Amino acid sequence: MSSATAHEAHHEEHPSGIMRWITTTNHKDIGTLYLWFAFIMLFIGGAMALVIRAELFQPGLQFVDPQFFNSMTTMHALIMIFGAVMPAFTGLANWLIPMMIGAPDMALPRMNNWSFWILPFAFAILLSTLFMEGGAPAGGWTLYPPLTLQTGHALPFMILSIHMMGLSSIMGAINIVATILNMRAPGMTLMKMPLFVWTWLITGYLLIAVMPVLAGAVTMLLTDKFFGTSFFNAAGGGDPVMFQHIFWFFGHPEVYILILPSFGVISSIVPTFARKPLFGYSSMVYATASIAFLSFIVWAHHMFTVGMPLSGELFFMFATMLIAVPTGVKVFNWVATMWKGALTFETPMLFALGFIIMFTIGGFSGLMLAIAPADFQYHDSYFVVAHFHYVLVPGSVFAIIAAVYYWLPKWTGHMYNERLGKIHFWLSTIFVNLTFFPMHFVGLAGMPRRIPDYALQFADYNALSSIGAFGFGFSQLLFLYIVLQTVRGGAKAGDRVWEGADGLEWTLPSPPPYHSFTTPPAVR
Amino acid sequence: MGDTRRNRMHALRLMLVVLAMFGFGYALVPLYNVVCQLTGLNGKTTRIGADEAQGYAPDTSRWVTVEFLGSVKAGLPWEFRPVVSRMRVHPGQLYDARFVATNLDTQALVGQAVPSVAPGEAARHFHKTECFCFTQQRFEPKETRELPLRFVIDPELPKHVKTVTLSYTFFDVTSTAKADTETIQKQN
Repeated sequence: MSSATAHEAHHEEHPSGIMRWITTTNHKDIGTLYLWFAFIMLFIGGAMALVIRAELFQPGLQFVDPQFFNSMTTMHALIMIFGAVMPAFTGLANWLIPMMIGAPDMALPRMNNWSFWILPFAFAILLSTLFMEGGAPAGGWTLYPPLTLQTGHALPFMILSIHMMGLSSIMGAINIVATILNMRAPGMTLMKMPLFVWTWLITGYLLIAVMPVLAGAVTMLLTDKFFGTSFFNAAGGGDPVMFQHIFWFFGHPEVYILILPSFGVISSIVPTFARKPLFGYSSMVYATASIAFLSFIVWAHHMFTVGMPLSGELFFMFATMLIAVPTGVKVFNWVATMWKGALTFETPMLFALGFIIMFTIGGFSGLMLAIAPADFQYHDSYFVVAHFHYVLVPGSVFAIIAAVYYWLPKWTGHMYNERLGKIHFWLSTIFVNLTFFPMHFVGLAGMPRRIPDYALQFADYNALSSIGAFGFGFSQLLFLYIVLQTVRGGAKAGDRVWEGADGLEWTLPSPPPYHSFTTPPAVR
Repeated sequence: MGDTRRNRMHALRLMLVVLAMFGFGYALVPLYNVVCQLTGLNGKTTRIGADEAQGYAPDTSRWVTVEFLGSVKAGLPWEFRPVVSRMRVHPGQLYDARFVATNLDTQALVGQAVPSVAPGEAARHFHKTECFCFTQQRFEPKETRELPLRFVIDPELPKHVKTVTLSYTFFDVTSTAKADTETIQKQN
């Protein structure tokens, strides 16, 4: 491995200061950049959520005018999906995958640098639309025409920024897939890979398959608006419903892009704190693959009310319900891993347990929404808002937080403050439920989403949701404090950090050397 | 490192998948139209020749109610409604219906009517030999005009369908229509 040593020596003389971060091709540096970027976006998107909840604290119009309110719902979604959750998972993948498969770095380090550095520009463009004539995009993150084509000057800027986000995540995904398939240490067969690596491999393929479809859809919007095409313009022979089909062909796999890596995180954390190997490893792999496959044939359950033939409604209803089977396998396996285990409840485990319980609640409300005849009542109500926030906040976001607590000692070499971590968990869990649980009730009672005002009978539950949202938002400042405190110092973390931890990343020192494995490790 | 070459090749192959999927996004457009034609998904009606329409055997034992709706897209200052809002028809027989439109504006406007049939499963059995929706309609200021339509419902319409609704929406296409005539004039 003389070439690898030379490679390492070359990288020892990396620039310091800001240029280190701009020019870096190191997977750990880029992982850190992704994670901090996601953290900042979490607070920006969170501030927008608080504008929404402040307005909805009472019935009537209080603080913002309806157009700006709609901008907030649209921008909150775009920022949280493309700016917070997806970059956070890419950051975790950058940090962890080379260490988990025994590789020195990512397969394509320069492209890695590029795929990160596109993001700040994409979001600078997106955020700049807030100051444009006609306001920021306000037609919903789903960009349905013809409404979205009424956006003012912001439309082409939003489309450009979506193209850049898509490019960034496609390049990130190609890099991750190439790393996993080409850079594994000898002996690391596919079925020996940690589940986080497996879930990311499948997520990578999903990204490669559907992000270009979104790019196509927004390009069609652009040409419809500015170049006289009629893809979605009924007057010219197009069909606005077709946009919904194309969008959700991207959109449904997208929701699994947002959740599959969390399954990998939880499958790493639960065995560590149960001190037992993961129950049903291969069934986990097959379950992940079947979820990914099914995600391509269920898109129209987002649009049951557009007027579909009965056979279409039935097909998409049953296909959607079928997803509950592999997902059920996963939840069963996590519970079976804990069964008769020597459980301890450190912060990562608390967040993982919170994930399992609350993600399952979101899964059940998803099953309710899958019932086509019932969906006519639930469609576009706060019940939908409750459902997807349960799978995304105490789902994806809790998994990301759990991952940060779990691997932060490995990354920094310091233990975090366990007492503060536990307080952070309990504050987050109480407030997240206070925010989103009442939304089920107001949704079933008929409160529509994306409206700045509501009927008086929804007032009490909305006030509770708003209190919860502010509580949850400010609890995350505690998380920021804990992370900063751990980066700066704290008790020394051992190589293995957790007594029950298993995997190649724990054989490296904490913090790990700049290049993970310069000689491939032996894999049992 | 030999690995670098292998990684680049792998990345290139995946790039091709990305390009193919971008193309697939566009391929969904004709695909969607085919599916719509087969299922009547978006309620689009079909145009047939007059002789083909004569070929159906009228089923005089069966009555179907056809309802007509006319609406105008926001921003087009027209009045538009059917002359008769419903009629009872036999499948397989040709019928005439009329709509009437008025341009309320003080300038000439061009509109394009877009049909939609509900329920969707009836759409592919609803045929028109003549329709004002086949062409763009130019209305002079304050002009009122009757718009004719000739249709036949084929006898294969599912038995349980008793009522078919035909709705037209007029869209303002004045700006693109002007551009079209200009290009035609330039070509001549």
